Amino acid sequence: MRDTGPLDLAAASLTPPDATPLLAIEGLTVAFDGVPALRGIDLTIHAGEAHGLVGESGCGKSVTLLAALGLLPRSATVQGSVRLDGRELLGAPAAVLDDIRGGRVAMIFQDPASALNPVHRVGAQVTEALRLHRGLDGAAARAEARRLFDLVGIPDPTRRLDAYPHELSGGQNQRVMIAMALAGEPDLLIADEPTTALDATIQAQILDLLRKVQRETGMALILISHDLGVIADVCARVAVMYAGRIVEHGTAEALFATPLHPYTRGLLGALPDMDGPRRRLAAIEGSVPEPWAMPAGCAFAPRCGLAVAACRADPPPALLPHQGADDAEISAHLAACHRADPDIRTRAERLADPAPPVPPSRGTAVSQGV
Amino acid sequence: MTRFLALRFARALLSIVLVVTFAFVVLRLSGDPALTIMSPEAPPEAIAAFRKAWGLDQPIWLQYLHYFGAIVHGELGVSMRDGRSALTVVTERIPATLMITIPALMLKIALGIPAGITAALHRNTLRDRLLMAGAVAGFTVPSFVLGLLLVLVFAVRLGWLPSGGDERWSSAVLPVLTLGLGGAGILARFTRSAMLEVLGQPYIRTASAKGVPWRLVVRHHALPNAAIPTVTVVGFMIGSLIAGAVVVESVFSWPGVGRLLVVAVANRDLAVVQCILLLVSATMVMANLIVDLLYGVLDPRLRVSTAAAH
Repeated sequence: MRDTGPLDLAAASLTPPDATPLLAIEGLTVAFDGVPALRGIDLTIHAGEAHGLVGESGCGKSVTLLAALGLLPRSATVQGSVRLDGRELLGAPAAVLDDIRGGRVAMIFQDPASALNPVHRVGAQVTEALRLHRGLDGAAARAEARRLFDLVGIPDPTRRLDAYPHELSGGQNQRVMIAMALAGEPDLLIADEPTTALDATIQAQILDLLRKVQRETGMALILISHDLGVIADVCARVAVMYAGRIVEHGTAEALFATPLHPYTRGLLGALPDMDGPRRRLAAIEGSVPEPWAMPAGCAFAPRCGLAVAACRADPPPALLPHQGADDAEISAHLAACHRADPDIRTRAERLADPAPPVPPSRGTAVSQGV
Repeated sequence: MTRFLALRFARALLSIVLVVTFAFVVLRLSGDPALTIMSPEAPPEAIAAFRKAWGLDQPIWLQYLHYFGAIVHGELGVSMRDGRSALTVVTERIPATLMITIPALMLKIALGIPAGITAALHRNTLRDRLLMAGAVAGFTVPSFVLGLLLVLVFAVRLGWLPSGGDERWSSAVLPVLTLGLGGAGILARFTRSAMLEVLGQPYIRTASAKGVPWRLVVRHHALPNAAIPTVTVVGFMIGSLIAGAVVVESVFSWPGVGRLLVVAVANRDLAVVQCILLLVSATMVMANLIVDLLYGVLDPRLRVSTAAAH
């Protein structure tokens, strides 16, 4: 599924012994006008790793990283701690954040057409980042922008530098966004639903490109997506979010092979298989509770087929390994669930699919988009 | 591009023809110039002679044809009041009007646009609320009320400035303030909403996410986009440079085109009224044309593609 190098070994362990994480998010909460959107996020990203963040719209995936970089509107109340190489970002002076944003941590967004400024040429938008973070100007900046366009696979780069965003396709605009993100030679690239607004064939190309630049530059990647197939395809570790919390966290292999949290299992059950018998896709019944009406216990309890009285009464524990996990599993796979046990299966699960869920492959990612 | 311009020009011409036609019909249906100018007590023969002399005894469609025939030859008619060419009567008033409307326009831009930007950047703060309360007051208070208020304070109470007339430079100050404050309020509102719209766009977040300092995000990324809707309003204000001061000129007895219009309408001085309306619609239409061309400069999406992608 992926190369097994020293970086990946470090990434496979959730609590590496002494490496200072690149990005450490602790107890991050965000509220908009008093309504909680994030309810305590803990997440560490190590240098060079590809980390996925998955969940349905509104669960707080994007908010987590926008909050980390101080990109939320002023109406948001952000608390907790976000450290980059040990340095606190929350409440850091604007000048410090401006250096980090685009320099150490770059970000690309869902809809590249609206994420680029319509009145500036795409080349100028890339050279702006080069000037800010690498002090390049004039012809040198233009030459470097041209090289970046070439790197991200924009054909005829010299001419495209002078194009406006509306003159390029969605896929090309996303390549421009990636070139712009690479301009500052970041240590971490945050890709927020980078393929959601694109055609299925272009999605695969952009994912390939992200994988390629990540491999070539050695930067870390956080891939935010609602699409498990996309995540499985690119990431070594995955966090599953539900209603403003991380409910499951583990290596992609462990998480997709033996999902612990009933929500993750529901997500996997909702994916079509490429092979095996045709079956009805299992939808998760009900809907996400509104942020202002969170249940007292586990936010997923009202929709959960395994919920017991404890789930409705008490919030689930912090991320824990499941019962009977061995040492390797403990370091690789955690869930915030009273009932985290891969062997418990709901009646609906047993009826829908006699075989345990299988990890999604690249094929499922593409077939979803069609 | 030539096709675009030709089309725009034809539409502009059509607008002018419609305005002039409308004015022609309404003026002739709404009162008899012979009775207004000669007074109703004048002998019937004199009134009949006046009507014949000015062609008012002809059917209205014939008058209309004659009128348009004359316009095509550059003839805009003669003032019934003092017998001079209507064009002369109107053009000699233009400098006086521009003397107050141009400084007023500059005041609108100088106050309104920065106020709108500041309000948008400090949305929902005390500063925003104060600025917007001022702006709303500026454009909801009718100009004759604002004018009289300013006269009351600066002319009557403080005695700093004259209350009307055109004898001194200082006479222009109160008319300019009256016009400018109201317009600045409108422009501030428009600029604020244009800025708020732009500041909520994803490309603003992109600019911040790539480390552009906030003041440069505002200057390089937000302002050029917010300028596009704002230019429409400024264009409208440029279009009303000649006719926009009717009320204010009357309040301050400023001898401009606006006051001439009021007097000419009251007197049913047909040629003069029509000449003013022709001039006003022409400037309005010209201003719109300039705005359309400016859009192309400001917004590359409306421009003919230069670096075609495919």
